Amino acid sequence: MNTVKPNYTRALDLKHGRVDMSHGSGGRAMAQLIAELFAAAFDNEYLAQGNDGALLPQAQGRLVMATDSHVVSPLFFAGGDIGCLSVHGTINDVAVMGAKPLYLSASFILEEGFPLADLNRIVESMAQAARAAGVPIVTGDTKVVEQGKGDGVFITTTGVGVVPDGIHLSGDQARPGDKILLSGSIGDHGMAILSQREGLTFSAPIVSDTAALHGLIAAMLDSGVRLRVLRDPTRGGLATTLNEIARQSGVGMMLHESAIKVNQPVEAACELLGLDPLYVANEGKLVAICAPADADRLLAAMRAHPFGRDAAVIGEVLADAHGFVQMTTRLGGRRVVDWLAGEQLPRIC
Amino acid sequence: MKYVDEFRDGDLAKNIAANIAGEAHAGRAYRLMEFCGGHTHAISRYGLADLLPPNVRMIHGPGCPVCVLPIGRIDQAIRLAREQDVILCTYADTVRVPASANLSLMRAKAGGADVRMIYSTQDALKIARDNPQREVVFLAIGFETTTPPTAVAIRQAAAEGLKNFSILCDHVLTPAAMHAILAVEGGVALDGFVGPAHVSTVIGSKPYEPFADDYHKPVVIAGFEPLDVMQAILMLVRQVNDGRAAVENEFTRAVTREGNLKAQELVAEVFELRDAFEWRGLGSVPHSALKLRPQFAAFDAEQKFKVDYVAVPDNKACECAAILRGQKRPQECKIFGTVCTPENPVGSCMVSSEGACAAHYSYGRFRETA
Ligand code: SF4
Repeated sequence: MNTVKPNYTRALDLKHGRVDMSHGSGGRAMAQLIAELFAAAFDNEYLAQGNDGALLPQAQGRLVMATDSHVVSPLFFAGGDIGCLSVHGTINDVAVMGAKPLYLSASFILEEGFPLADLNRIVESMAQAARAAGVPIVTGDTKVVEQGKGDGVFITTTGVGVVPDGIHLSGDQARPGDKILLSGSIGDHGMAILSQREGLTFSAPIVSDTAALHGLIAAMLDSGVRLRVLRDPTRGGLATTLNEIARQSGVGMMLHESAIKVNQPVEAACELLGLDPLYVANEGKLVAICAPADADRLLAAMRAHPFGRDAAVIGEVLADAHGFVQMTTRLGGRRVVDWLAGEQLPRIC
Repeated sequence: MKYVDEFRDGDLAKNIAANIAGEAHAGRAYRLMEFCGGHTHAISRYGLADLLPPNVRMIHGPGCPVCVLPIGRIDQAIRLAREQDVILCTYADTVRVPASANLSLMRAKAGGADVRMIYSTQDALKIARDNPQREVVFLAIGFETTTPPTAVAIRQAAAEGLKNFSILCDHVLTPAAMHAILAVEGGVALDGFVGPAHVSTVIGSKPYEPFADDYHKPVVIAGFEPLDVMQAILMLVRQVNDGRAAVENEFTRAVTREGNLKAQELVAEVFELRDAFEWRGLGSVPHSALKLRPQFAAFDAEQKFKVDYVAVPDNKACECAAILRGQKRPQECKIFGTVCTPENPVGSCMVSSEGACAAHYSYGRFRETA
């Protein structure tokens, strides 16, 4: 009989335990946290190598790498949590480059005192999101900061993917005359977070749209349409994303407000708080720009995918030395859809 | 959405626009002031200027609560936070208003001051309850709409015996500001007012009657939805054409002549008139702001911490004063869009999207490039 005990004899108390400083010390407690929580949940052959880095097989094509830090309050919200969000967000950043996402890394900054039960929920959610997307988490890191110096959990994920030959998507490719397509409604993620944080309740709850979009993007690329720009309008919302593209490409844009879908509870919540949904974050939507002749085919390909059901052509690219993103409003007027100055803040009166 | 969609209907807007164009006499100009920042925002955000004939011009008034706060008032709050170590709570955009020495509440916060952005007075009370060892000061700003919640908070704090909570009271009054605009020497070239929406739900339409009776300026109270504003403009054009000056109410779904009497009583119980208050752009205006009544002096941060108000002149290049009085347009300010932008506001009108400069910069500046 084997009488040599493992280094830690009592399992992690995932029900009542809390993160303490020893979990970040590099010692036994940290090894246990990694083994019993992270490695158990993410379980894959690369992680199982147990080294400081993951040794990955050779990949064909140009590599894409993207990284994203996630700081969310509340950590759990309608439609998701910081865990799945951190997986989806980075997969999308890789995928909008036209790449097939292959691997993720995950780095955790935990605050002393954080309940292990919550951490377990978050890690499980990450693991499930990564499995569903077919993109394993192959390496990671954990640090613990003293109480009061963090906000529960911060997660940084990095993703690697490969772009097949012949695909070149970039924010500087938009040309006057091109069509601008949007995959669905805007503002769902940001307002799900905000309404929960502010304790607002609506007859229909606002659910985050967090999702991995690489499947939709693959379908779009497979349609044979030549895409010029793809981007996911996360923080700063649709308005910020379009302004970034306009600046990169040196063009202007004209949007049509009536073509941009905003779900009713989102619109109501925005109204209540004095926010403009154009600037509210999304986590499962994308913007695509293509040549005008390709727009119908691209739209059909998007609509055929569950994450693109509500896709629409929302505007055109214009030649404009000032780089204005403009919009014809529902009322028939015109306005600039500007960069946001700082954070979008609720109205006072 | 119920109660919103019907006020944003594009076809209806075109109908009203056609009526305005048809009824406005080509030979005359209609200079209409929307007093309220909420209207300024709606006009810009929906591009309503495009729907109006060129001789119907909207002039932005002083009704943006952060625009009218003078530098000295923000300085006062910054001094409290930096020198007296209080937790300073305030609403939204107030944190970005430029103050002296290149500071704002946001910059003071970055420099270590404990400044917190809150959504309601209840948040401020909670912070005070949670931090009994710290002094919590709420920078209370805004027109008649935000005053009742402050009054509620003061009454609650008094009832709870909360010792570490006080307010820096900068609540101001709409009718007094409208008087100040109309009383300008030599008169102002204004043909009428789009009257405030939310403010009027509290004070009612009655306080505007002197503007119609004594100054002969029509007032049409309107909601914040774009169609409300369009309809109010049409009603104003009609009054001007008829040579009438009356207070009319487009916003009947929320506003009565008497207003919300309960809210008015509440405010009267907690606050009294200040003899005078300095506004950015309008200077010192008599009986235009509120202070706490003597029985609530314990909650008055100005008395508790002895932070006197020191008037500070605006930046020399800044035209906010003329803009808030309706005498100039944002693009007529020399530093508009160059030195003064929403990222680096020099004047207060560039801070909130309800401010005339920020609204024009953010939504309308394409018009100058045409
Ligand atoms: S552009 Fe800036 S400085 Fe000029 S009036 Fe407007 S806010 Fe004041």
